[in-house]
Amino acid sequence: MGLDLSPDLDNQPQLFGAFNNPLLRLKGLCVEYSTPRGPVHAVDGVTIDIGSGEFIGLAGESGCGKSTIAQAILRVLHPPAVITGGEIWFENQDVLSMDLTELERFRWQGISLVFQSAMNALNPVMRIRDQITDVIEVHSKLSRADAIQRASELLDLVGIGQKRLMDYPHQLSGGMRQRVVIAIALALNPKMIIMDEPTTAVDVVVQQQIIQETQDLKERFGFSVMFITHDLSLLVEISDRIGIMYAGEIVELAPSRSLFTYPLHPYTQGLMSSFPALTGARERLTGIPGTPPDLVFPPPGCRFHLRCSLVQPRCKVSKPAYEQVSPGHFVACHLV
Amino acid sequence: MDSDMNLKRTPETGEILLETRHLAKYFRAGGITSRKYLHAVEDVSLSVRRGHVLALVGESGSGKTTTARLIARLMPATRGEILFEGQNVLKTEPRQASLAYRAHVQMIFQDPFSSLNPTQTVGHHLARPLVIHKKAGGRQEIQDQVFELLATVGLVPVEEIADQYPHQLSGGQRQRVAIARALAVDPEIILADEPISMLDVSIRMGVLNLIERLREERGIGYLYITHDLASARYIGNEIIVMYAGHMVEGAESQELVQNPAHPYTRLLLSAVPDPHSGIVRKRLEARGEVVSLIDPPPGCLFADRCPRVMDVCRLTTPEKASIDASHWARCHLYNTPA
Amino acid sequence: MLTQDKPLRVKRTLWISRLLRDWRADLGIGIILFFIILALLSPVLAPGNPNYFVDEGNLPPSAKHILGTMSLGQEGYAQLIWGARMSLGIGFTTGLVITFLSVAIGMITGYARGLLSDVLSVLTNVFLVIPGLCLAIVMAAYLPSGPLSIIVVLSISGWPWGARVLRAQTLSLREKDFVAAALVSGESHLHIIFFDILPNMISLVVANVIGSTMYAIGAEVGLEFLGLGNISSVSWGSILYWARATSALPRGAWWQFLPAGLCVALIGFALTLTNFALDEVSNPRLRKEMGSKHGLRSIAGPGQPTPVVRSIQ
Repeated sequence: MGLDLSPDLDNQPQLFGAFNNPLLRLKGLCVEYSTPRGPVHAVDGVTIDIGSGEFIGLAGESGCGKSTIAQAILRVLHPPAVITGGEIWFENQDVLSMDLTELERFRWQGISLVFQSAMNALNPVMRIRDQITDVIEVHSKLSRADAIQRASELLDLVGIGQKRLMDYPHQLSGGMRQRVVIAIALALNPKMIIMDEPTTAVDVVVQQQIIQETQDLKERFGFSVMFITHDLSLLVEISDRIGIMYAGEIVELAPSRSLFTYPLHPYTQGLMSSFPALTGARERLTGIPGTPPDLVFPPPGCRFHLRCSLVQPRCKVSKPAYEQVSPGHFVACHLV
Repeated sequence: MDSDMNLKRTPETGEILLETRHLAKYFRAGGITSRKYLHAVEDVSLSVRRGHVLALVGESGSGKTTTARLIARLMPATRGEILFEGQNVLKTEPRQASLAYRAHVQMIFQDPFSSLNPTQTVGHHLARPLVIHKKAGGRQEIQDQVFELLATVGLVPVEEIADQYPHQLSGGQRQRVAIARALAVDPEIILADEPISMLDVSIRMGVLNLIERLREERGIGYLYITHDLASARYIGNEIIVMYAGHMVEGAESQELVQNPAHPYTRLLLSAVPDPHSGIVRKRLEARGEVVSLIDPPPGCLFADRCPRVMDVCRLTTPEKASIDASHWARCHLYNTPA
Repeated sequence: MLTQDKPLRVKRTLWISRLLRDWRADLGIGIILFFIILALLSPVLAPGNPNYFVDEGNLPPSAKHILGTMSLGQEGYAQLIWGARMSLGIGFTTGLVITFLSVAIGMITGYARGLLSDVLSVLTNVFLVIPGLCLAIVMAAYLPSGPLSIIVVLSISGWPWGARVLRAQTLSLREKDFVAAALVSGESHLHIIFFDILPNMISLVVANVIGSTMYAIGAEVGLEFLGLGNISSVSWGSILYWARATSALPRGAWWQFLPAGLCVALIGFALTLTNFALDEVSNPRLRKEMGSKHGLRSIAGPGQPTPVVRSIQ
């Protein structure tokens, strides 16, 4: 299975995921958490390289493990969730064997995380300024005065303006609170930001603004972005590459335009058939029948086979290998 | 990625089942002694027709959900009329909706997890409307009808599902139960308040197609509330766009998406992700925040954010201007005879 | 297409079985049941009138009189058993009456809008701030003495607390979509309150029963002790009243007050224990973390990074 290196690949490796020195490497990452019924395999063998300056999207529905990956990378999951296998490398450092001090430097300076519905996680009785300086002071050696200075800069950066520095969260609109959270994520100039469903709770117009601003900031400061969402249609226009997750695994990974024009995995195809188009002819869409699988006792063979319209006998018994089928395009499916 | 047949979308001219005229709802803002009011819904006049889907599109705070709840008579209206079967029901049954109204106008809610009572079985949820409206008598008859309803919405095996509690079902299944409950009284109108926005993406089309199928088979008229223009276009015959409590534009759905007239509609359209459009779209610049709905200022409420604002916009609220046959917009750009 | 295998156990019984799995609930309920049986079987366990003088007064515990005799020669053991009957009888009855009042008034206040809700709310608050003891003393002066009066007095002073809690919960449940859906289906308000909202508050109501019973038992003992109850009837409170009146403590006649006092404390302890267990069952956030299979709590407290445990399989 040789790699066909076309001229495009040399000039824009990030579109194809071929990096000489990836910023973040995940190899066979496994996360489990125990429940009374048994261990839930929330993330089961995820392998992916992310380069610096890349905008990678991770799409999937509830329970597919995308949020779990984000939290596992930063090691902020709590028991009963546990990392049970695989490796995480950040700039050639082994994240899984970092001690607390190294982790404190890694978090927020290496990679920062914007949690799901983070704007609701802002402390309602603390002023915006203090919430930002808190993070700065814990994860760096900046003095309080410097931290406050940095906080003002950050608010300007995200388009809120310094005059909101002393406000409380409830005095800001939803979109502004989301920007505050992004500002906090940018506080210490991280190399990468992971954003977990950052625009789910805001209106579509504000969503567009926030995404535009994030892209502008990314161009300016050169950090990578991992954008986690269930809205695949959103990702196609903004990501370099997109990974599709199902039942704890990545089932397809490709440059976004390739994924959109030639989705190979039946699940990806099914997802595409779940977003009505805004323009063009109106076609009947079907979505995907069935419900997501039980992650305590996942189906044998390919985890998607119960819902797959193209299922074959071998799909029920053997798990398909995750392979590269064309430059930068990875799929786990027997039919490809 | 095969697509089936193209959906037929001739503008339906089914009879008008329900009409609202100048409906308004104000909430008191502040304490009991406050004199300020939040104008959640202002001057909403629309009609729901047999076998026809009217989509009401807007962002949060646009008043679309409040409009649905007003029509469902879950709260008293501040002003306006609701005409059903020729009568203004707000006058003929002012204190509470009559059972007859409830038999004709049903509703399904956004959150499948809170619209079902966690302490009751699926069967019980469906049986209650049958009993209240005397659609069935005796346990056997009730059970038969409950099973039939479950089969209609695709929840099988019916005996097993009827005995389950809501938390044992998935989001999509719960929403189907909610639809079955609405169907139990054999309504003419269903108000669907964002029925798919809280469901997993791959489940949404199934539920939307069910709604469409029921429209076709039973001629139910829908008021489909959503923030998603794409799904509004998919299922709606007609789209009305709401902003800050007002209706700002209305047209047949394909027409609205292709020829948006109101600046807000244009802004909305440009913000919706649409990977299907091959060309890179020009994103319209959105400025400012939504104006406060508490004792709102005179004139058009979109004025502060409108890229084509004129002086008159801040003085008087624009009238409905006709753009085309059945395409209108409330905007001074189209009002002036020059 | 159903892809689920077997349905999980029904929520209602799950709740109760989870409660009984907790040792605190078992202990608490066990003690309560013990006393209830004691109270019910008092005619069998201590036949005759406990106020009769059976021997000399102030005899310490012996083989003949397990708990000695009271100051006038009554059988200590009989007094205790019959006292249980009275105190628990009044206590549980009052607990139920208070709960009934709290539920009715609290739920209607929470569900109704406008004038009715405001009036009931003010009423609740008024009764809340009136000092219960003063009210009890005043009423005791006018009512004929007897257990019924005590129940009435305690119920009137005890209902506002529960009513406020239930009102708050009803208020929040009222806004749920399933209530709106019931209204749209044509359900009547009363039906919604008692058949749709109330079943969602069962654990709160049970907690109310436990709490009011605790209050009632304690208050009854207190009233009797102060001599405001019917001191000729036998209850734990009256035992303590007479013990104080006859200066049992300075005399060193511990058997005349210690058993009764211990019983009161024990019942209170049992009710509190059951209440704690109930709290944890109904509020999942108080529950201990599940999945202690791997003893993870020892290696990762709240501030620790996600542990990496490769040996699991």
